[in-house]
Order: sequence, then structure tokens, then C-alpha cells
Amino acid sequence: MTRLEALLLAGLALLAFGSLWAGPVAMPLTVLLHPDDPRFIILTQLRLPRVLLAVLVGGAMGLSGAALQGYSRNALADPGVLGVSSMASAGAVIALYFGLTAVTPWALPVSAALGAALGGVLLMTLAGWSESATTFILAGVLLNTLGGAATALALSLAPGPWAQAEIINWLMGSLTDRSLDEVGLAAPFILAGCGLVFLTGRALDALTLGEAAAAGLGVSLRSLRVVLVAAVALSAGASVAVSGVIGFVGLIVPHLLRPHVGARPSALLRPSLIGGAILLVAADTAVRLAPTPAELKLGVAMAVIGAPFFLLVLVRGGVQGRWSAGR
Amino acid sequence: MSASLRAEGLSVRLGDRDVLDGVSLALDAGQVTVILGPNGAGKSTLIGALAGLVPPRAGSVWLGDARLETLDRRLRARRIALLPQHTDIAWPISVRSLVELGRIPHQGAFGLGAPDRQAVDRALVRAGVEAFAHRPVAELSGGERARVLIARGLAGEADWLLADEPLTGLDPGHALDALALFRGEAARGAGVLLSLHDLDLAARIADRVIVLAEGRVQADGAPADALTSALLQRVYGVTAEVRIAAGRLRIDIVGRDGHVE
Repeated sequence: MTRLEALLLAGLALLAFGSLWAGPVAMPLTVLLHPDDPRFIILTQLRLPRVLLAVLVGGAMGLSGAALQGYSRNALADPGVLGVSSMASAGAVIALYFGLTAVTPWALPVSAALGAALGGVLLMTLAGWSESATTFILAGVLLNTLGGAATALALSLAPGPWAQAEIINWLMGSLTDRSLDEVGLAAPFILAGCGLVFLTGRALDALTLGEAAAAGLGVSLRSLRVVLVAAVALSAGASVAVSGVIGFVGLIVPHLLRPHVGARPSALLRPSLIGGAILLVAADTAVRLAPTPAELKLGVAMAVIGAPFFLLVLVRGGVQGRWSAGR
Repeated sequence: MSASLRAEGLSVRLGDRDVLDGVSLALDAGQVTVILGPNGAGKSTLIGALAGLVPPRAGSVWLGDARLETLDRRLRARRIALLPQHTDIAWPISVRSLVELGRIPHQGAFGLGAPDRQAVDRALVRAGVEAFAHRPVAELSGGERARVLIARGLAGEADWLLADEPLTGLDPGHALDALALFRGEAARGAGVLLSLHDLDLAARIADRVIVLAEGRVQADGAPADALTSALLQRVYGVTAEVRIAAGRLRIDIVGRDGHVE
């Protein structure tokens, strides 16, 4: 573990602890000794699932963003921008619409992961053999449109206003009122997906030199694509299934950490995982504590932070490495 | 002694075009071989095929007594280092990190080991870039960048080094520096294959030239034997004066298609 990773982990631990203890209901440490205290219920049934989900979802998004940026050689890539989240959300909405979630709760993450996988396969097909950042972003635009259209279709056909409200509410992206059930539902997918991402480190490093050089170094681009699509489908898909679409984490975190790891794609993976968790725990704690009449949606809050950031990266030539390296 | 690298009756089809059509050649270890030929002659495709990255339609490439496509990718990459044309470095990594990428075929699951680091040190020194090993590649000049990319190719310490137009964008001084690096590799026993456009430089550095046009080998031999004015007329459509001056083959291109300008 590098010093940066240790630092980030310590930060995450502090923040997560702080988030558990922060809130309108004061929480003395002794609560832990009294499981029948109502405050213990608040801690374990309300606050803990939120923190755990923020860690899982934020970590998955940060890591997916770092991997997708490495693969596409482009600092503007993340599951949201590339439309994978949008396709996952279409998958989830279809599961909600057909009532599959009433049959088994696993229908939601599975269906979202399938949507994300379809998005990943389409992305690789549309832009897979292109080394141009523009092609990737355009493929992302297409997938975002497609995912949005599928979601809108399900919404317009939804049986009655209650189902519509349910879907819309979920779409906005939030970690409010999640239980440990949702944690258990998402965790296996997210952990498996994150594990797969770590298999791609060496191939992502090789891609720094472009596809031909990477292939010359013995990297199989085809297996890289398969592993990456599976990894992102599992982690981003399951994240979207439990939290709705929360964008920009995968964009912001790798970009901020890249200069601190010497810009090597493989060295960026673990810090982005921890950094994504930090960002989402912090953002979720902020929306929970903010004195707004109704709780601000986490997805909305992230978009408010993320959109200007995206613009900033774009204006500053965020595909920085690419352009400053003589292109 | 390194296993030989050779193509036998190699044909490659890209789209609906036969880019290579029955190419047979065997590279020599310890020598610099230069591929020449007009744009679109199939030079890059030949280099890609010799590195095992372009599947042949007919014929095959052999490394020793193994067909290249049956070899494990990483094993192949340890034996044959490829420097593709126009390498665009995506991230502002350090020179050392970039050269370390050349060790990827050797690297175990836990990253670079001590032998890898020593090989990287040697490559940095041989390419003369150890002085700026810690600088980000984004800050380098074109000449420095070219040397660093070559150092990346050296780091794998492969038996065969294939470089596709490694001199593009280099001024004459830096081009000669780069050629000296390749000569040094050949002197160490590696087989070096370069594609070049500059006939004069090719004549200067090559032990052997292979002239490719329309996917076929048009000439193959020592520069003085292969690069005749008749061949240059036929292959490039140029009128050239070829002579030996001061012990060196000189090629002056005087005009296009018989018109002296």
C-alpha cells in the first residue's frame, strides 16, 4: 500500500465514522452497548446502510471511472458520461415495470447489470477499435440517448401514477431509506466487479502507448474488453440498481488523483476506489445534514458539483496527457 | 543464439486489398535490416505480421520452429519487441514509467521485480536518457521523446526489435542518434528491422535492405546490390543517380518519372 492509499483510507475511516455519528439525533458511544435503545436502531438501520452503500457505490464508480479512462485513454470517461449508467438504469426500470422485483429482489441488480453489460458491449462495438476520444464520447451520447429513451418508454407505459412516481423518485439517485437488504443485494456484484477491474491494471498501463504497442507487448485487447465490460456491468449496474444514477464520481475522482500517482493507469485504480468512497460518503452526509426543507437528492447534488467540473476539465484540455504529449 | 524470425509465402488481406502477396524472407540476427518502399507498399503490415499482430491469409511467420500464431502472446512479446508508428502517449507518466512498460511481457502478477528494474536501468543508459528518467514524457522534445520510446523497446531485451518508421519527425542529428542506437542493438546480437523512407539514411545504416512494393519483395540484399537506379525507377517512379563516393553509397534523386528537375 502506498502512502497516498494509507492516507485516503484513514480519511475514509474518519469520514465514515463521523457520518455515522452526525445527525439530528445525538448518538453517545454508549448506544453501542444497548441494542434495544431506539438510537441503536437509528444507527444500525438508518445510518449504517447509507454509509455502507455510499462506500460501495462511490468506490465502484471511482474505480470504474479510472478503468474506463485508462481503457479509452481519455480523462473525460466514466460510466455516466459513456452511457453505461443510463443503460443500467433502463435495465432496472424495465425490471420495476414488469414487476420482476416482486418475484425476487435480485431481479433489480441483475437486470441493471444486464443493461450495463449491453451498454458496455455496444460501447466497445461502436468505439472499441477506435483510439479517438471523440468516438468514445459520441458513443456515450448515443448510449445515454438510448438508455433515456428506454426509461421514458417504460415510464409512459407504467401502470398508474404511483408506479411512475416510484420510478422517477428512484431515477433521481439517492441513498435515502436504504436498508441492509440493499447492501446485501449490491455488495456481491460490486465486489466481484471491482475484483475484475484489478485484473486489467497491466493491460491499461500498456494502452498508454496505444493499441498497437499494447498488442505488441502481449496484451490481448479482446480479453481486456471482455473483462472490463463484465467488471463495469457488475459494479456500475449493481450501484445503479440500489442508488439510481449518481454521476460524475468516476469522472472527478480519478482526475483529481492522477497527478499524485504519476499518471500510471494501474497505480490510479486503488486510490480511485478509496477516493470515490470518500467523495460519496462526504456528499451523502452533506445532503443528509443540509438544512433543506426536503432532503436534496444525492444524484442531483453530484450533478451540481460534477457538471461544472466536467466543463473545467474540458476547458483546461482535460485530455491533458493526450494533448501535451505532442498531439 | 536466438531463434530465427522468418516469413514464408506470407499473404495478408486487409478489407478487400491484398496488402502482402507471397512475401518470404528470413531476418538475420546481429544485423540491421531496413524495409523500404513507397507509401502503401505494405511495410507496416509486414512489420505487424512479423510481430504476430496481423493474421496472415496464407503462409506464416515462424520464430525458430514455432508458428508465431501458436505462441503464447506474452512469450512472443518477450522474443519480439515492436515499436509501432506514431506512438501517442496518453498520460503524462515519467520517462522511467514509460520505459518500464517495455517489461510488461516479463512482469509477474506483483509488478516489476529486481531483474526488470535492472533491465530498465540498462535500457535508460543505452538510450542515453537516464539523465531525465524522472521527467514527465509530456515535457520532452521530439528528439528526446523518440529516444525514450526506443528505450522502451530496448527494455524488453528481446531477440528481435521491429521498428516502424522510428525516425519520423526527427531532425538529421537526432535521426543519426537514433540509428546509432539501433546499430548498437545489432552489435549486441539482436536482429533489428526498421522501416524507413530516407534512402540515403537506409543505405548508410543497413546491412541489408528489403524493398517492398505492391505487397511483394522487389529487391533484397546489401544496399549497394539492391538499390540500383533501375529499381528505384520501377518502385518509386523516380530518376536517381546511385554511386559510391568515399566508400559510401550515395543516392541522389534527380527527378520524377524521367523528368529531371
